[in-house]
Parts: sequence; C-alpha cells; structure tokens
Amino acid sequence: MIVEIGHFALVLALAAALIQTLVPFWGARVGDDRLMAVGRNAALIQFALIAVAFAALVNAHLASDFSVLNVAENSNSAMPAIYKIAGVWGNHEGSMLLWVLILAIFGALVALFGRGLPRMLRADALAVQGLISLAFLAFILLTSNPFERLMPAPFEGRDLNPILQDPGLAIHPPLLYLGYVGFSIVFSFAAAALIEGRIDAAWARFVRPFTLVAWSFLTIGIAAGSFWAYYTLGWGGFWFWDPVENASLMPWLAGTAFLHSVAVMEKRDALKVWTIFLAILAFSFSLLGTFLVRSGVLTSVHAFANDPRRGVFILAILAMFICGSFALFAWRAPMLKQGGLFAPVSREGALVVNNLLLTTACATVLFGTLYPLALEQLTGEKITVGAPFFNLTSGALMLTACFAAPFGFSLAWKRGDLLGVAQRLTLALVVGAATAIAGAAWLGGRSIFAPLAMGLSVFLILGTVIEVVMRAWRPGLALGAALGRALGLPLSFYGAALAHLGVGVTLLGLSGLGFGAETIATLHKGAPVEVGPYSVTLDSVGRRIGPNYTEMVAPMTVRSGGVAVAEIAPARRQFASREMTTTQAGLKTLDFGQIYVAIGDPAPDGTVPARLYWKPLVTLIWLGAAAMALGGALSLADRRLRFGAAVRAKAGPRPLAQPAQ
Amino acid sequence: MMMRWLGRPFSLREKVAGEARRMREPPPRRWRASRANPHPNPSPVGEGNCASLHLRHVLTSKGKVLFLLLPLLAALAGPALAVEPDEVMKNPKLEARARALSEELRCLVCQNESIDDSEAPLARDIRLLIRERIREGETNDEVRAYLVSRYGDFILLKPPFQADTWLLWLSPVLILGLGGAAALYARRRAPRLTPALTADEEARLAALTGGDASSG
Repeated sequence: MIVEIGHFALVLALAAALIQTLVPFWGARVGDDRLMAVGRNAALIQFALIAVAFAALVNAHLASDFSVLNVAENSNSAMPAIYKIAGVWGNHEGSMLLWVLILAIFGALVALFGRGLPRMLRADALAVQGLISLAFLAFILLTSNPFERLMPAPFEGRDLNPILQDPGLAIHPPLLYLGYVGFSIVFSFAAAALIEGRIDAAWARFVRPFTLVAWSFLTIGIAAGSFWAYYTLGWGGFWFWDPVENASLMPWLAGTAFLHSVAVMEKRDALKVWTIFLAILAFSFSLLGTFLVRSGVLTSVHAFANDPRRGVFILAILAMFICGSFALFAWRAPMLKQGGLFAPVSREGALVVNNLLLTTACATVLFGTLYPLALEQLTGEKITVGAPFFNLTSGALMLTACFAAPFGFSLAWKRGDLLGVAQRLTLALVVGAATAIAGAAWLGGRSIFAPLAMGLSVFLILGTVIEVVMRAWRPGLALGAALGRALGLPLSFYGAALAHLGVGVTLLGLSGLGFGAETIATLHKGAPVEVGPYSVTLDSVGRRIGPNYTEMVAPMTVRSGGVAVAEIAPARRQFASREMTTTQAGLKTLDFGQIYVAIGDPAPDGTVPARLYWKPLVTLIWLGAAAMALGGALSLADRRLRFGAAVRAKAGPRPLAQPAQ
Repeated sequence: MMMRWLGRPFSLREKVAGEARRMREPPPRRWRASRANPHPNPSPVGEGNCASLHLRHVLTSKGKVLFLLLPLLAALAGPALAVEPDEVMKNPKLEARARALSEELRCLVCQNESIDDSEAPLARDIRLLIRERIREGETNDEVRAYLVSRYGDFILLKPPFQADTWLLWLSPVLILGLGGAAALYARRRAPRLTPALTADEEARLAALTGGDASSG
C-alpha cells in the first residue's frame, strides 16, 4: 500500500510540475501577480510529493519488500541497514528518483528564499525549473518506474552489487547529484534572464549562492568518488579519465569557469553574455553526463541489453533543453547590454584567461570522450582515447590555469599592474622553481610531471598566502592595525583564497605520486617485504565471516626501521549471492602518505600474492578538494552575498579602507 | 621459449605457455579492428574479470546502467591481482620497460583500463606476451607495432597522430585559438577605457587620500 502511495505521489508531482511550468510563466507574460505566485506553492507541493515518493521507496528497501521489482533486484534481507538505504540509489530507477528529489529541493529553496527576487525573474526561473522536473518525472514514470510490482514475489532479493556495498555508496552519489542538479537552478535563472532579456549584477548576486552550493557539493562528490575508487580498485588508482568520470568532470570545469565569470559580473557588471553561456553549458554537461551514462551509448562496444527507450527518451530531453536554451541564447543574448569596461591586464582580464583555459580543458575532455564514438560511426575505425591523451591536453591546460591563478588573484579590478604583482609573487616563484629543481634532482629525471606539479603547487599555495597577507599588511603597518584589516576583509575573499589553496594542495598530492614506491611480491608468513621507506610483514592468513559475505584476511604489520608503526588487514571478500569477489585494500595513513596493500587469493600453502604501495602525500588530493569545498562554504557565509540580501547590513566597524574584492 | 624466462616452476606454467602460443598465432579475424568489422572486440561476456565489465554485466543484464562513476569502481571482481608476482621479470630494467609499456596499452575487453591495471585474463596474456618479446630483445616500438598490427590502434590508450586523429590532437589548440580570437574580437568592439592616470595625477591623488586609494 505504501508503495502505491509513493507511486501515486509521483504522478501527482508530475501534475504539480506541469502547473509550476505553465501558470507562473503565463502570469509573468500577462503581468498577473497571483498567477506568478502559484509557482512558489507548486514548487513546495512538488517537493513534498517527491519526498513522499522517495520515503516510500526507502521504506520498501528497508522492509525488504521483494514484491517490488526494484527491491527484489537490488536488495537482500541480509544486508546491513545502511546498504539497504544506500541501495535505494544504487540502481537506475532509484537514482533517478534521487535526481528529481534534489531537483525539487532546489526548486523549493528558490520558492522559500526567493522573496528578495524580482517577481518576474522568480516566476520564470521556477517555470523553467518546473519544466526540467516535468521532463524527468515523465521519464521516470514512463520508462523507469521504481514502484513496479513483481508477481509472484521472490523469497529473497538478488542482493546489491557487492562493489556497491560500501559506505562510499551512501556518500558519493547524493553529493554528486547535489552538485549536478544544483546547476539546474543556475540554468533556470539564466533561461529566465534570457526570456526577460535583462540581466544585471543583481542577477549574479541571486545565482551566486546556488552556484557555490552546487560547485562545493560537486567538488566533494567527485572527490568522494575518486577516494572510493582509490581504496576499492586494488591498485590505488583514483582517476582514470573514464568516460563516466569525464561526464562528472565536465560540469565541474564549466561550473568552475562560471563561478569565476559570475564574480566578474557581480562586481563589475561585465562578461554578461559569456556568463549566461557558461550557466547553460554547466547544466548541459550535467544532462549530457546523465545521457552518456544511462543510455548505454558509451558502453555500446560491449553492448548488453540496454533499454533503447530510455536512451531515446533522455536524448529527447537533452536535445530539448540544450537546443532550446542555446536557441534562446542566440535569439536573446545580443539584446543584453554590456557593462563594465576593463583593461586587458586586470582581475577581469585574468578571469577571462581562467575561463578560456577551463572551458578549453572542458571542451577537450568532451572531444576526447566523444571522438572515438564519432569516428567509429563515420569511418568504422576504432581508436582509444585514454589517460595519456587527457593528461597531455586537458591536464596541461589545467596546470596552466594553476600557474595563472596567483596572478589573477593578486591583480586589481579594472586595471592591474602585472609588474607589481610579479614582484609580489617573486618569493613564491623562486621557492616554487627551487622545489621543482630539487624534486627533479631527487627523482633523477624519472618523471617530468611530478617535480613540475610540485613546484607549481608550492607556487600556487605560497602565492595565495602572500596575497592574503599583503591585503592586510603592508611594510610599516602596525600588527594591530594589520589584524584589524584582516578581520575586515570579506569572507568571500577568504573563501576564494581557501579554494585556491585547496587546488594547490590537491596538486601537491598529485605530484607525490611520482615519489612513491611499488612492490609486487608473494608474501610468506614472517618474511618482511620492503616498500618505499617501510617494510611490511605478513602475520597470518585467516577466514572471517561477515553479514553477507566471507573473506580471506591477511593481517600485516608495517614497520619503519624495525619499529612497528601500523597494523593493516587487506582482504578478499566473497559474496555468495552474486558469486563475486571484491578486494578490501589494507590502508594506513602515515603523515600525509599511505601504505596501500592489495592481495590476491591466498595460495593453499599460506603465501599471499600482493601489490604493495607507498604513496607519499596521496591524502592531500582529497584534503585539497575538501578545502576547495570549504572555501565555497566560507564564501557562501559572506553576509553580503546571502541569497536575496537586499536589506542593507547594519553599519559595523569598517576596515581601514574597503579593499576592492 | 616460454620456459626459458619463466625460470622457476609455477603451477600455471602449462596453461600460460599454451595461452602465449595461442597469442603468437595469427589472431582470429573477429579480434582485428578493421573497416569491415566495426566491432572487433571479443564478446566481453564470459571474458571475466575486467572491472567495469563485471559490474556492467551484472547491472545491465536487465537493462540497467548505474549512475555516474560507478562502473569504474568495478575492477575487483577477479580471482587475481592486476600484475601478479609470477609475471615479474628477473631483470628490473626489462621489467620497468614492460610496466611502462603495459601502462599505455588498453585492456581490450575493459572500459578504458590499461592492461597494467586490469585483472582480465586477456590483459594477463598480453602482459606475458610483452615480457616475452622484450626478453627476446625487441624494442618498445617493435612490441607496440606488433600489438597494433594485431589489434589495431584500438589497443593504444594514447591515439597516434595520423589522418583520422589530427583533429582530436589539435582540438585544444584550435579551441583555445578560437576562444582567444573571440575574446580579442569582443575587446575590439568594446568602447575604450579612459586613459590611465599620469604620474602627476597619481601623486595628487595619493596626497588627497593619504595613500589608501592605491591599495588593491
């Protein structure tokens, strides 16, 4: 019964989405306030209905109701409760429901906190948001209904794929979706601005909080996925330039570019057309990612039975939104008035360079992902575009952007002094170059990337710190006064600084890979094996029984100079219900690096084949991403940028001089 | 010739030797990439332990593909490690070459995984084949050329620069160039800024504001 209520709520949500699309849009055209106000309630009702549907599905999974097809195929009564819940989005139908739930959350946020918005803009934005909801709700109800019943109900479910039975499943998809779908709001506002033919700095101020939320979530969502891959895959890889990963990187790159250009628009009223373009692009990439992953286009080489109806449906949604929005863009964008002027050497100019580099990196990822598909269709030739290509092209572009970042961060708005900035950054440049040279000497030419990235990261981190210090303190200024100035700097400034620091830290973590060590060996009990500065000894091999699996565990001791520093227990898990085996790597964080051990199946004589790694600085990759997201949150907390902050802030103690931000 | 370098006894020797012999024979037609056959991949079903495949097999058998990032998480479903201890060559220099080479070759039955990372039996076969050829004194280029002659460019993770891929390789430069040109064009159409302050004016401004106006 609860399942039917969920299904029914979803149908009602579709109706609410239809109302949310049509009524406020019509109201905005005829200038009727009451019709426009309907959008607000429709968005709230739609959210409540989808929440009911989602709760119903969660309930079915928790109760192991195998009369529901979705539960029977993806759940098992022996699974721990956390995986029963996470299993809701561990499959196509459920994850689509999560997708629309998050879409509705963002719509409801606009409805709740959009009081400061111009009425027409809010009505139009909610209408566009409603249209997106409408399309995806129809998709779910027509092709991917999670509430479908199964007769007769099986006694036991098929179990969730063992690889997904990991805390990563509970964390990674919701975060990623919050990011993906968060850009839908930016998209809706961009479309609304185009419909009205008017856009200004206030618009930028409205979308900035949503952009920051979406971008921060997307950042940690990608990082969480990468960390999950790292500890699950058994060889410590964390980024593969897999098409599916690329699909999540593209919205991130476009979103990062948008975040920077929307700052220009907010502060200087410039780059309007370009900002709108990026807003459309960021969400288009989210949609494209959804299409690529779910339609089976990318996996067509190993085509299994993919439901072609789904692919075609999503392609239709994709075409409608991308073509529709770009047509609207082509029609309306020329009407947008350009504002603020700036010299080429200025903060704005630097942000244009940033945008150019990031969008090119993004376009290259797109090209590399789709090129093999296109080539095969056109000529029948099959090629592979793998990690080496992306590292050489997109990677190089992103490294260039990292090099430019401290310069842009230090330049003044409107007209900057490049020479002065270069002087301020001299120290960072020198230390960075020295690091790169020292790293290269240490490695003896084994890797070019690692020392280069390390030098660059040091430059980026130091350059950012120097800028923060220089904002508050000039030679000759008393410490107290400098402190006062530092406190007076806006939070958004610190947010941006932290995000840049995060990029530097991630880069530092990446550079550490070149300094690591790897040992492939057959481990005998009690015989130590060297890996990097550590030695690892196999202590025993044993069998352990978990809730829905059995595993072979090989506890080991990690020693440094004869002193035991850690115990690890890599394992291989056998899941009976799907006859699958997974690798549980043995991990230990030492300083910022990690000892990483993955084992093969133990031999009958008690020896264990293993790959052992020492990965220095590796945790910085994800800590850096966390810092980026935290930077976004800090920026979000800035009072001046709160959503719809039309109310003038109370006059507080002002800093010495309001530094241009 | 297999036995020569395998050196120590190992249980799978017979099987591996057999596999390697099979690999040296002309490949079955269906594996070779060609115009005539746009889908040269062997059917992955049953090919086993390749990461993404396994997951996809499980999930898509009923028409389901998982959400983003998940298929890549699937690399574990095999009985073995990617590079197994018994594959490693005695000579560390040659082994390093073999590893470097395997990192740029694609596991033919996986999704964008190198044979160095793949657990699929086919990836292991190719790893052994590479080592055998290196052992026999071939250069990296010769090994690569041999594998391309068998499997086509599809096996190279880094596509070669040639008639049908120059557009791909030049795309970043072209896009950057186009973007830069567009930015310059937009600049030239935009109205001019007022000229910068002269040194005299700067000094007067500084005198009037007490030096603060020059701050960032």
